[in-house]
Amino acid sequence: MPTDFLPIAVLIALATVLAFLVVLIGHLFGPRRPTATKLEPYESGMRPYGPGQRRMPVHFYLVAMLFILFDVEIVFLLPWAVVLRQLRLFALIEMVVFIAVLLVGFVYAWKKGALEWE
Amino acid sequence: MIPLSWYLILAAAIFCIGVYGVLARRNAVAILMSIELMLNAVNINLVAFWRYMSPGVISGQAFAVMVFAVAASEAAVGLALIISIYRRRFTVAAEEIDMLKW
Amino acid sequence: MNAGDFSTILPLLLVTGWACVLLLVDLFIPRGRKAITAALSALGLLTAIALLLSQFGLEREAFKGMIVVDGFASFLQMVFLLSGLFGIALAYDYVRRQNIERGEYYTLLLFTVAGMMLMAQAGDLIVVFLALEMLSLPLYVLTGIARPRPDSEEAAMKYFLLGAFASGFVIYGVALIYGATASTRLSEIVAVVQAGQAIGGLLLAGMAFILVGLGFKVAAVPFHMWTPDVYQGAPTSVTAFMSVGAKAAGFAALLRVFLVAFPDVAPAWAVVAMWVSAFTMAWGNVAAIAQTNIKRMLAYSSIAHAGYILMALPAAADPAVASDAVGAVLFYLLAYAFTNFGAWAVVLALEKKDGQGLAIEDYAGLGARRPALALAMALFMLSLTGVPPTVGFVAKFYLFRTVLQADLVWLALVGVVTSLISAYYYMRVVVVMYMRQGEPEVRSEGWLNATVLLAGLATFIFGLLPAPLMGLAARAGLLTFLR
Repeated sequence: MPTDFLPIAVLIALATVLAFLVVLIGHLFGPRRPTATKLEPYESGMRPYGPGQRRMPVHFYLVAMLFILFDVEIVFLLPWAVVLRQLRLFALIEMVVFIAVLLVGFVYAWKKGALEWE
Repeated sequence: MIPLSWYLILAAAIFCIGVYGVLARRNAVAILMSIELMLNAVNINLVAFWRYMSPGVISGQAFAVMVFAVAASEAAVGLALIISIYRRRFTVAAEEIDMLKW
Repeated sequence: MNAGDFSTILPLLLVTGWACVLLLVDLFIPRGRKAITAALSALGLLTAIALLLSQFGLEREAFKGMIVVDGFASFLQMVFLLSGLFGIALAYDYVRRQNIERGEYYTLLLFTVAGMMLMAQAGDLIVVFLALEMLSLPLYVLTGIARPRPDSEEAAMKYFLLGAFASGFVIYGVALIYGATASTRLSEIVAVVQAGQAIGGLLLAGMAFILVGLGFKVAAVPFHMWTPDVYQGAPTSVTAFMSVGAKAAGFAALLRVFLVAFPDVAPAWAVVAMWVSAFTMAWGNVAAIAQTNIKRMLAYSSIAHAGYILMALPAAADPAVASDAVGAVLFYLLAYAFTNFGAWAVVLALEKKDGQGLAIEDYAGLGARRPALALAMALFMLSLTGVPPTVGFVAKFYLFRTVLQADLVWLALVGVVTSLISAYYYMRVVVVMYMRQGEPEVRSEGWLNATVLLAGLATFIFGLLPAPLMGLAARAGLLTFLR
């Protein structure tokens, strides 16, 4: 029911107001002495240089692709783990086959040099 | 509880955004993302239907997991093709890839 | 689940497992010796054919109805395995001469065949979707396997984007049907619909989405735009395989889903299928006339043939004609496979480097230069038109008859008239081959010639003696769950 969400709505409103208030107070009452260094974008101590949008080596995409492929297997492992005790040996064999198929893909990618960084 | 129709409307809206993206965007990567959006709309539908219509049978959830895996493999194949084209032509704009007439 | 369940998918398991093994074995086969991979994959397909033959006639459900084995599935699986063999035969010399020989070609082909075989056996919408992806994803890659050739890459990307878009529609439709009936099992869906417990709006919307998505896959108007570009850009050996296998798999899904799960809502989808079929026949044949490139012409021809096959769907909506219509489609698909592989083999023989030798004009003088090849091409063109004594004629006759049985006289008329139109562009190839002077540069490669010979013989012999094959198709047309 919509009324169930009232506390959450109040919380969201309060959080928003509070955040704005804090920034506003700092802005109004804080001292301001800008220097060149202070105005630079903060880059964890690194000196920023060059345009913000640098080109990434296409290699990143390759690794990302492989990551996606081998990452989603988890989505099958999770429900499998839940019912393993009921299905017993059969489920275990099924999962071994599943992992073996993934392994085939992994070995293929490895041998083809997709995992090497230049 | 929130009625089922809300979820269906949400999924339909996301699906439509995906379809619009495929038809309107020019960047191949953006089109790929729009297709993923369509698949995710389907997942919302599947899980919502499972919860409201047949919570006892898990086929809806299992189906959503399958869609996950398929979406990932589609993304991988798509990205591979796009990279392969980009390496040679330095563009991913679908309208500039026009050697064959549409 | 027991061992019996696994025995029903044994040929499928064999092809999939063999493809995985081959993927690894191929890593250790040096470049330039990829003929070994080709031979090994052909061996796998042959073994699968033997296995399939050993269990022909088996009819049962497995994995709680997710997998169905019946005549329909076995017949189509045979078509797919044969297509795979033809696909390897056509690719064998072609990939070498085009410098695109890669071992992955054959493994991807095997994976595609496995996906198609799964499609034929699907008894559940989840399996239909999985099979659809399993056959499509390797095909996208196969289309682009001639990389760095830009037209191949481009075709692959187009095929991928539109194909993935279409599968999005299929899966959305499946989700809606799951919502309408609370099941994805085809046999359960039909029970829910019969009991009147399905949610009508969701069911109709779901069917519409599935029809759109599968319409993309079989290249039916108005979802055909990708076909000419993809067929032209893809390596010709891939195009040949795609035009037969992928289309047949799409129709397998259409027939299985609509005839098994939705026979009770037939009036709703039959009307749509009827109009789509009519427009597909008309546009495919008319647009083919304007083509000067043989690959594009055959692409439009394949669109037109999708239209003919689609006629069977509204016809099958009539329960009395249903099994006849399915039988007609099966026979048509087999006939189309033989004829089309033959025609593409001739195209392959004339193709030169960099996409030269693909204009219809390049066929001038073929009749004088290579009479046997020209004769075979003429036979294939006649068969595609549907002129006796070819298998194409028998298939069309059988199909049109079932359409008439279902009282769809105007649809059959559209089919006949568009067939007459199609004679114009098919015969143009024959005219150019025999009436024009020219010096075509033609290859003579062992496997290519064998394919032409085999396809030519099949086209001719089954055109004269169609009875045994037709009987087989008719028996296979009795879907297990068709009432």
